[in-house]
Amino acid sequence: MHRLSARPKLGAALVIIAGTVILPIRWHAWFITAAAMLVLTMGLSRLPLFFVLKRLLLLSPFVLGVVLINAFQPAGRTNWLVVAVKSGLCLFTVVLVSNTTPFSQILRVLRSLRGPALLITTMALMHRYLFVLADETERMRRARAARTFTRGRRFEWRTLATVVGQLFIRASERAERIYNAMCARGWK
Amino acid sequence: MHIPDGFIDGKTAVVTGVISAVGVGFALRQVQRELPPRKVPLLGLAAAFLFAAQMVNFPVAGGTSGHLVGGTLVAALLGPSAAVVVVTTILIVQCFLFQDGGVTALGANIFNMAIINSAAGYAVYRLVGRWLKGLRGQVTAIGFAAWCATVLAAICCAGQLTWSGTIPWSVAFPAMTTVHMLIGIGEGLISALVFLAVSSARPDLIAETTPTGRPQRLGELVGYGLLITLGIAVFVAPFACSWPDGLDSVAEKFGFSHKTMAVLPAPAPDYQIPGIHWAVGATAMAGVIGCLVVFGLALLMGRWLVPKLKEP
Repeated sequence: MHRLSARPKLGAALVIIAGTVILPIRWHAWFITAAAMLVLTMGLSRLPLFFVLKRLLLLSPFVLGVVLINAFQPAGRTNWLVVAVKSGLCLFTVVLVSNTTPFSQILRVLRSLRGPALLITTMALMHRYLFVLADETERMRRARAARTFTRGRRFEWRTLATVVGQLFIRASERAERIYNAMCARGWK
Repeated sequence: MHIPDGFIDGKTAVVTGVISAVGVGFALRQVQRELPPRKVPLLGLAAAFLFAAQMVNFPVAGGTSGHLVGGTLVAALLGPSAAVVVVTTILIVQCFLFQDGGVTALGANIFNMAIINSAAGYAVYRLVGRWLKGLRGQVTAIGFAAWCATVLAAICCAGQLTWSGTIPWSVAFPAMTTVHMLIGIGEGLISALVFLAVSSARPDLIAETTPTGRPQRLGELVGYGLLITLGIAVFVAPFACSWPDGLDSVAEKFGFSHKTMAVLPAPAPDYQIPGIHWAVGATAMAGVIGCLVVFGLALLMGRWLVPKLKEP
């Protein structure tokens, strides 16, 4: 599953998601087939069952909330099961695809489909520096926590905002360095 | 506010997708036209920055905490078109990488969080910032703009969910609006604080996008204005608007209401709930009063955060 090329995987996932969203719940066959295929795929991909279940549960508080609201509405009583099944299936699909496909391959597919170049460049850069900046935030937060003993709430917001502002400044300085590096390597 | 898959039905997904695709295409064209090439990596880095900034939790009373959403903040720091591109990138990456927000709901999410939050927020920021001068004015403007954008995005989100038949308007609208009126206050305060931090450390970074520093672009204003109006007309107006009532009363006045009724059977009788006119009026009044109160709060905040001495 991991070695399969990205394009058919993404295509199949899109078909499953679109079908699940558009088709009415009467078409039991579609939903059962889709679910069976997804479970089969999960088996083939050797993703740990517990991991997938955890992702599904972690991501669904919003789904559960709306389902609960609907379940207590007189008009929405028939609706809540439909919403739960549909969003559960879609979530399952995306969890499977994103955990078996590297993001760079998704970007390659988008590029071969002639997606807007600027958007794809931005996405690639974001994905590259996402974890760098996340680490940097964590470092700054730890440094802040090590230096402030009293956590006055009034000042805490200001300090945190300064951390975020500093992060923006560092990000834009890094962007300048990256631009110079890109030019040095013959970009454009 | 990330809408998952299954909450948006086919027609809403297509309509939001088309509107968002047009909006993002327009933003990309604007960015390519006006952004110097040395700023292209900045878009990616700004997206990564906003993603990291969303992980910083700001403690609120009672053990809960909130975080920055940041569309308006990025719009104030980089300009509206760049912000639309940045937030769209974040939403796509969140959707595929972290399964936050659905694939078919991507159009709706982009409309709410990228286009409304950035472009509408920036419009409010510009408007208020032109009226109130100086750093204090800017801080006030960004706080108020972030609040407005958050609430407006929540209303659009409620409209999309209702249009898809997922949640009835009578539940979605009050729930989303009241919650996001509170969230918006935090968002406004954080945005203003971060803006202040950036502007006191590196004033040169934001000099190009301040209301006085950046030239007005008519095309941008018209483009985003049309898109946002169209979106609100499609998603919100059918549920919240009192126009049909007005039309009915005119018809009544001129005495041809029962004729049209006979020819065209009304899809739904418009007197389902007694006192609906009061409800609409009360909602509008509450909205206006809420806006004024928050604007007053933003003014106070600006006064508190930027002491007079700092004024240039």
